[in-house]
Formats: sequence, structure tokens, C-alpha cells
Amino acid sequence: MMPEFGKYTVTILGSWGATLALLAGLILVTLMRGAKVKRALKAQEERMKTDG
Amino acid sequence: MSIWEYANPVKFMQTSGWLLPWVVGATVLTLVPGLVWGFFFTPVAAEFGATVKVIYVHVPAATLAINIWVMMLVASLIWLIRRHHVSALAAKAAAPIGMVMTLIALITGAFWGQPMWGTWWEWDPRLTSFLILFLFYLGYMALWEAIENPDTAADLTGVLCLVGSVFAVLSRYAAIFWNQGLHQGSTLSLDKEQHIADVYWQPLVLSIGGFGMLFVTLLLLRTRTEIRSRRLKALEQRERMA
Repeated sequence: MMPEFGKYTVTILGSWGATLALLAGLILVTLMRGAKVKRALKAQEERMKTDG
Repeated sequence: MSIWEYANPVKFMQTSGWLLPWVVGATVLTLVPGLVWGFFFTPVAAEFGATVKVIYVHVPAATLAINIWVMMLVASLIWLIRRHHVSALAAKAAAPIGMVMTLIALITGAFWGQPMWGTWWEWDPRLTSFLILFLFYLGYMALWEAIENPDTAADLTGVLCLVGSVFAVLSRYAAIFWNQGLHQGSTLSLDKEQHIADVYWQPLVLSIGGFGMLFVTLLLLRTRTEIRSRRLKALEQRERMA
């Protein structure tokens, strides 16, 4: 299934690997920060509701 | 119904919340087939050998690196002229995505340049203007973090965005302006004579579409987070003052 890249294996796998790793990191950071802020905002709103 | 209604954070949160599942679906349906097609099912090119497969990640990333800055410019102008907070937050949210796209373009370009040009890096007009664009992205993000008052931060980053637009334009047209250096002209062209063969062009267009949809998805998610973060800070401040 894996195509044969010959002498360009490092070029192709290196560039695709770096791309996919950076995109995965960006998506992960986006989702993690989104969830963290959402949780913190909910907790703050709950606290302010309880405290009046 | 005016487009400016979406500058209202509540309206933006409602609309983006409704849109997000569709945008995520469109991202998966374009990005995955585009990349799989480009990687596994395209032939080796006569001139470039198997390295032609790098274009399916390099060209979409480079295209977005420039266009995200243009999007930030438009959003910054809306902030500077009309003072809509959502537009300033959208520009802030877009910057890390643009920075990553520029980095991908630089890294994949270096991987491609090594066997094709015999060097990882050359102070070529397009490569150099891309490096400067990357530094502008870093500077833009650092400026947002350095200034505590969000409105002042939005003003100053807006001005920085205007200045950086010169390099975004240079990055796009450097190969034409100077007509020298190693980097070739555009891979895609409306001129049938100039653009690459359909067998490469079709998966490339799909990949560019996929990267574009990924950008829209991440932009919506990150802008929503910035809006929530702004509200959180406002509530914390209100609690401290009470």
C-alpha cells in the first residue's frame, strides 16, 4: 500500500510527517484551550449565581 | 438583516455553534480525500520525481499562510474603523493558525529544496519574505500577550497587521517582482498552458480546499474560545470589584 519513493523517501516522509505533526498539535492545543476556558467560564458563572 | 449583526458576540456564538458541525464535516470530506489522493494515488512527475508529492502539503500551507494574514488585515481594519470586538478577536484567533501554516510552508520547502536545489535554505526573495512573514506572525502574537488592556492590544496589533501586509503581498508576488532566485512561479494558474497537469492539479485543489476548511473550523473554535475568555475576565473583574 505504501508507495515507493526511492531516494526521495526522507524528503517526502519528512515534509508530510512535519506537516501532520504540526497540524495535529495545532488542533490539540485549540481543543484543549477551548475546553479549559469553557470549563472555567462555567465555574465562574455558577459561583457568581450562587453568591448572588 | 445586516452582516454587522454577527459582530455581536452572542449572535456570533449562536451562529458559529450551529455552523461548526457542518464545517467540521466539510473539513473531513475535503482534507482527508485530498491528502490521501495526493500521497497514494498520484504518479511520479518526469521533472521532479516523487518529490511532487510535497506540493499537496506545501502549496496549501503556503496559500493559507498569505491569505490568513489578509483575513487578519480585513478583521483588523473592521476593528480599527468600526470597533467590533469579535473582529479583533477573530484576527487574534487566526494568528497561531497562520503561524503554523507559514512554518509548514518553510519546513516542507526546505525538505523539497534539499534534493531539488541542493540546499535546505537560500536567501531567495520568496523564501526570505516568507521567513519575515513568519516573524511577523510571532511578533503579532507576542504583542497580543504583552499588552494587558485588550482594546489597546487590538489597536496596536491592528497597526502591526497593516505593516505586515506588505510582506504578505511580497510573499505572494516576490518571485514575479524580482524575477530571480530559486523559487519557481505559481503552481496554480488560471492559464491552462501554465498550470500543472490535471492528474496533479485535481488532488491539489482538493487539498487546498481541505486546508481552507480546516482553517475555518479552527478559526470558529478559537474565536469562540477568545469570546469566552474575554467574558471570563470581565466576570472575574466584576467579582473582584464587588
